[in-house]
Amino acid sequence: MDVSTQLNTVKIEFPSRPENVAFARTAVAMFAAQMEFTLDDIDEIKVATSEAVSNAVIHGYKDQIGIVTVTVTLHSSHLEVVVKDEGVGIADIRQAMEPAFTTDPVQRMGLGLVFIREYMDEVDIHSEVGRGTELVMRKSPRTVGVEPAE
Amino acid sequence: MAVVDKQILGRTLMVKLSGELDLVTAESARLAIDGDLDEFSRVRNLVFDLTDVKFIDSSGLGMLLGRYKKINDRGGRMLAFGVQPVVQRVLEMAGMTKIMGIASSLDEALAHC
Repeated sequence: MDVSTQLNTVKIEFPSRPENVAFARTAVAMFAAQMEFTLDDIDEIKVATSEAVSNAVIHGYKDQIGIVTVTVTLHSSHLEVVVKDEGVGIADIRQAMEPAFTTDPVQRMGLGLVFIREYMDEVDIHSEVGRGTELVMRKSPRTVGVEPAE
Repeated sequence: MAVVDKQILGRTLMVKLSGELDLVTAESARLAIDGDLDEFSRVRNLVFDLTDVKFIDSSGLGMLLGRYKKINDRGGRMLAFGVQPVVQRVLEMAGMTKIMGIASSLDEALAHC
């Protein structure tokens, strides 16, 4: 990883247990507070991270336990959150991005990706069936970014 | 645990939730509420006290929608009061406020049941 263009970065790995979703979103929200985000922005980042990690736990690994990796990086102009699993992958990303598409309508209403797209500025999904999924989210503060550390 | 208190007031089940409503806590709330709905067939309405809920994601929304369907099947109403702004935004975006009444207090919620 080239860290020369980054102001700060943290990578956390954990088993895909539902209990770890709260830890992941709280850690990302605390890290994001280094930038000049509003409290509403931080809440949005928290929801988006919760959705992304929940997706990895529920859909990525289904009934198996695998490793979820969350990498959060502070750039001069934006925050980047990458949530990666090595689970089943997504066969049709375009379909998965459609509002209310879900393989489990009762549990989560199919709104996970809808919230992520609404609350973050940019969302990219890279996925391969049988290899896993990487979801990349970026968000910029509405004000200016932080100054690089001396 | 998300459910911190439950009371049956006439034909209304009042549920006080607390903390963050996500994949884990939504499931425990679902089990606790459905247990009462199954046990007390006279209950027609469901009122949530969300005063102490500081976070909700789509797992929490799914729990609310599932309970709404059960209450709707009984011909009752589902309402919430004490909704914090951060939770309100998520509820509105998901369209939940169109089917679940939002009240300013327990008394107002009960008046609509």
